[in-house]
Amino acid sequence: MTNQISSFVNVGERTNVTGSAVFKRLILSEDYETALDVARQQVENGAQIIDINMDEAMLDSEAAMVRFLNLIASEPDISRVPIMIDSSKWSVIEAGLRCVQGKAIVNSISLKEGEEQFVQQATLVKRYGAATVVMAFDEKGQADTRERKFEICKRSYQVLTEKVGFPPEDIIFDPNIFAVATGIEEHNNYAVDFIEATALIREHLPYAHVSGGLSNISFSFRGNNPVREAMHSVFLYHAIRAGLDMAIVNAGQLAVYDDIPAELRDAVEDVILNRREDATDRLLDIAPKYQGSGSVAKEEDLSWREEVVNKRLEYALVKGITEYIVDDTEEARLSADRPLYVIEGPLMDGMNVVGDLFGEGKMFLPQVVKSARVMKKAVAHLQPFIEAEKTDGARSNGKIIMATVKGDVHDIGKNIVGVVLQCNNFEVIDLGVMVPAAKIIQTAIDEGADMIGLSGLITPSLDEMVHVASEMQRLGVDMPLLIGGATTSKAHTAVKISPASEYPVVYVSNASRAVGVCQKLLSKEMKADFIDQVYKDYARAREQHANKRPRTQAITLAEAQDNKFTCDWETYQPPVPAFLGVKTIETDIQTLKQYIDWTPFFLTWSLAGKYPRILNDEVVGEQAKQLFEDANQMLDELCQNQTLMAKGRVGIFPANSDGDDIVLYKAGDDKQQLARCHNLRQQTHKPKGYNYCLSDFVAPVDSEVNDYVGAFAVTAGIGEDDLAKSYEQEGDDYNSIMVKAVADRLAEAFAEYLHKLVRTEIWGYVKDEVLDNEALIAEKYQGIRPAPGYPACPEHTEKQTIWDILDVEASIGMRLTESYAMWPAASVSGMYYSHPESRYFAIAKIQQDQLQSYAFRKGWTEQQAEKWLAPNLQD
Amino acid sequence: MNKFELLKEVSKNRILLLDGAMGTMIQAHKFDEADYRGDQYKDWHCDVKGNNDLLSITQPDTIKQIHLDYLHAGADIIETNTFNSTSIAMADYDMQDEVHAINLSAAKLAKQATEEVSKVTPDRPRFVAGVLGPTNRTASISPDVNDPGKRNVTFEELVASYFDATCSLMEGDVDLIMLETIFDTLNAKAGIFAVQKAFDAKGYSLPVMISGTITDASGRTLSGQTTEAFYNSIRHATPFSFGLNCALGPDLLRQYVAELSRISEGLVSAHPNAGLPNEFGEYDMGPDEMANHLEEWASSGLVNIVGGCCGSTPEHVREISKRLEKYEPRTIPKRERKMRLSGLEPFVH
Repeated sequence: MTNQISSFVNVGERTNVTGSAVFKRLILSEDYETALDVARQQVENGAQIIDINMDEAMLDSEAAMVRFLNLIASEPDISRVPIMIDSSKWSVIEAGLRCVQGKAIVNSISLKEGEEQFVQQATLVKRYGAATVVMAFDEKGQADTRERKFEICKRSYQVLTEKVGFPPEDIIFDPNIFAVATGIEEHNNYAVDFIEATALIREHLPYAHVSGGLSNISFSFRGNNPVREAMHSVFLYHAIRAGLDMAIVNAGQLAVYDDIPAELRDAVEDVILNRREDATDRLLDIAPKYQGSGSVAKEEDLSWREEVVNKRLEYALVKGITEYIVDDTEEARLSADRPLYVIEGPLMDGMNVVGDLFGEGKMFLPQVVKSARVMKKAVAHLQPFIEAEKTDGARSNGKIIMATVKGDVHDIGKNIVGVVLQCNNFEVIDLGVMVPAAKIIQTAIDEGADMIGLSGLITPSLDEMVHVASEMQRLGVDMPLLIGGATTSKAHTAVKISPASEYPVVYVSNASRAVGVCQKLLSKEMKADFIDQVYKDYARAREQHANKRPRTQAITLAEAQDNKFTCDWETYQPPVPAFLGVKTIETDIQTLKQYIDWTPFFLTWSLAGKYPRILNDEVVGEQAKQLFEDANQMLDELCQNQTLMAKGRVGIFPANSDGDDIVLYKAGDDKQQLARCHNLRQQTHKPKGYNYCLSDFVAPVDSEVNDYVGAFAVTAGIGEDDLAKSYEQEGDDYNSIMVKAVADRLAEAFAEYLHKLVRTEIWGYVKDEVLDNEALIAEKYQGIRPAPGYPACPEHTEKQTIWDILDVEASIGMRLTESYAMWPAASVSGMYYSHPESRYFAIAKIQQDQLQSYAFRKGWTEQQAEKWLAPNLQD
Repeated sequence: MNKFELLKEVSKNRILLLDGAMGTMIQAHKFDEADYRGDQYKDWHCDVKGNNDLLSITQPDTIKQIHLDYLHAGADIIETNTFNSTSIAMADYDMQDEVHAINLSAAKLAKQATEEVSKVTPDRPRFVAGVLGPTNRTASISPDVNDPGKRNVTFEELVASYFDATCSLMEGDVDLIMLETIFDTLNAKAGIFAVQKAFDAKGYSLPVMISGTITDASGRTLSGQTTEAFYNSIRHATPFSFGLNCALGPDLLRQYVAELSRISEGLVSAHPNAGLPNEFGEYDMGPDEMANHLEEWASSGLVNIVGGCCGSTPEHVREISKRLEKYEPRTIPKRERKMRLSGLEPFVH
């Protein structure tokens, strides 16, 4: 065993699609910009090398590797460190090697497929000028014992140095870190085998290095990060002493050996070093205690109550604890000269700590909203005393008018931004939803506001925002205008909104950015520079936009129609519905609960990750769990009190396609037209596939085949506004936002549930479908339910047809705004198609000929068509 | 003793001299379009003026005379007139298919020149370095500011292009291969890959000189690497010499040569420009001043091979040759065996 402890190198593991759900999602959705942030964080957190892995079945791994490495090359703060190109496919490794100018590391090659291939690959690695990881893997398999590990490494070393002439200092052995404490006895010695093999390698194979993928060791404690981190730390402690000089780790998260509680450390050490037969059981016994905080959890720690009052206020704000806040505030008031000083002093200090932690990514959005709840309670307690003094309230950082624009009802994001701003001592005047431009601007003038913030979710809201900007210009209201919401973007703000006004218009990408932007806009020193920066940025965005050539070539509508999807309508028998006509569906939260897709719920709260894995995520897992508990508690209460109601309408109609339109008939044999649904067709060149239009999935009029389509409109938001308001009045923004977020999920769940009813009963074309909720979320069923305003049918006014044929408003009270947003906000509507080949697709950009055709079919002027189809037109 | 062994032997005893600029010498002739075309390309379908490498075919006597001038001035190693003779760079003149002929002619001219001079002074061996330039494209830098992931040349395209050029130079019987003026290390790595492939194909190897370019006072290559990071990236080629050339004059280049001298496990070469260009694009540093700098480098033990790049002339080489005669070449330091990785910066473990 080598006595000398070598320097130890951290290889960052987060840029790996097989190891990080977040990174995988980013790469799959081609959000390379955010994926680069993951790489950057690794380097900032101390990764000396970054491991990059794109091995994912859904991905063109070679292309993704090349794209990501090329992008990294232009990010000096990332590309300053060497790259580890990680793949089990040689072709991906080779593609990666052709992209890096630095000296990289290949991860990995091995004797797995025999010596010949090993020699061939090693020769190429050398020629490309890289070092390489060599796995302890040979023709017989992966090495598990100390002897096998060393034997394979030794043989690899000899082949490399003697046959290939590979420099030994460029060889890094990976003798396989396997999970311990799995409950299988043969696994108990895996860590010891690794550590001892490491010592043998370092002693007998000069200059070679030893590395391993650390997180494997603790695999059986998934979901218990404190125990996992303790295992990592203890394992490294011993392995490094044996000569491990590199490891692939989460660079931001390594516990300090000495900081691990002694009880946990001993138990972990027993497991890692295989010191007792019952080591696994003993660790399992104590593990739950450490779950959560890292120290002993669940027993409420009240030691903070011993602190002085200012510290207690800070603690309560940071931890979001309302229990003692009134008493503590009162105590602070009694010792303060004026009640106002409590707000300006300890409370603001505490909120500043919250703001800082949030800014540093150490607190997450749900926590901040809870902090706001504590703050409001404290302020509410002080308010009567301040008024009694008859002085002005606390001075705020600035006053902001916020509103969801006319025609739009979505406000969760706006409310979150409002809370975050209030936490940072901004005065927020929230005008609510569907607010006309005139009211927004007039309020801003009357209130002497410092700026206006607009929000919106549906695409027509974008136009309304342009309208607000041009009205501000016309009226000479020169305060900054902030733009946010799901469909807004920097590009749209730069290209459409900002040019409408000479005054500052600033796009704010998410709630956490809002504070910084507002502070800069209100700072005398920074404002001019910041606006100048924004303008330059927008000029660049406009230029980029102008230079953007469509990725695919456009074709004419006629050409697209010639390339439509079609099937043999002579042999195809559309399923005959068990029910024809329209009916109301009522259900309860208890039923809908099981159909919830939770992943978007976490996104609403700015926690990224797939459910259920997010609950165990290393970074946001704790928060996600807390949030999930709160949401379920809310669901239980809603169930019990029946304060939130879910109602829907569904209808199935005879139908045929007529060109790109679909004609719906009244029930009966005479095919009397009931309504006409207008659809758009994909209009880009598709050398391999079809140019889809939804009408393709319905038998054409001239086929004389009897076919059918369905329609639905559901809401789970009856009562949501009242509930939210009542929470708000109690100063409980957290639950006010929570109830809307939950209602949103219930509405989606309702749509999922109703679709299942339609498939199995109402239309009944698949009677024996057995799918669990995961499969439902993954849409593994026959038929689709596209919603107007979404990619397959992006034009919003088509909702009116659904409203008409289902008599939605009169029967269940759901309404459409002038922008065709649905009210209540927690609503979903769409059409049903049953064809086995029916699928979701995106219309993307359409051309002038289709615009004219669509306008003609809708009976619109071209101008009207341009307005409603704006997002799908080339600018 | 073959040429390679001879070269190694000579390099132990003295500082070797490279030639100076080819382009600067050609410019003095003020050739017009017709001169560039010569008889061979009089009907070529696009303008070829400025295609200096083509002159190895159309004005062979001039090129050979420039080689002779440098040899007479004291150069031990002369560089073929092939800076742009890759299919990628020749695409500017639509002359991709002429690459083989150009390389072959250039190599033969240089070879003839050395042989003629060696007849007069047989005791002093002369060597021809077949030059592979950087091409006019970059494999690790996007040509489009709006799309940082975009590339206008791939590693494979560079390998194919360099492979052809190397084979042609070898057929012209060059004594060394020199990859020079490297501003994007990934291009150089493709060059190294291609050269080794060509050696495999031809069944024999030649010594390889590699010379990078620090583009400005930032101390980095155009693709962003520091000197040591660049060195770590190409060290696997185990070249005969590592060096720096072009972009800077000797005054500004010195610190990077000193850095390379500290880390290089092979010989160190340097051929700076004759200062920085003035507002007319001319280089002002005279032979004496340039020789002052290089003499100081030699006396500090920094270099094994020196010469001149843009703006230098046979007079510069003559003066440098005279002044450096008395100095010992740099001794190669012994370095610890370590894994020497790099991104834009070096990482040693």
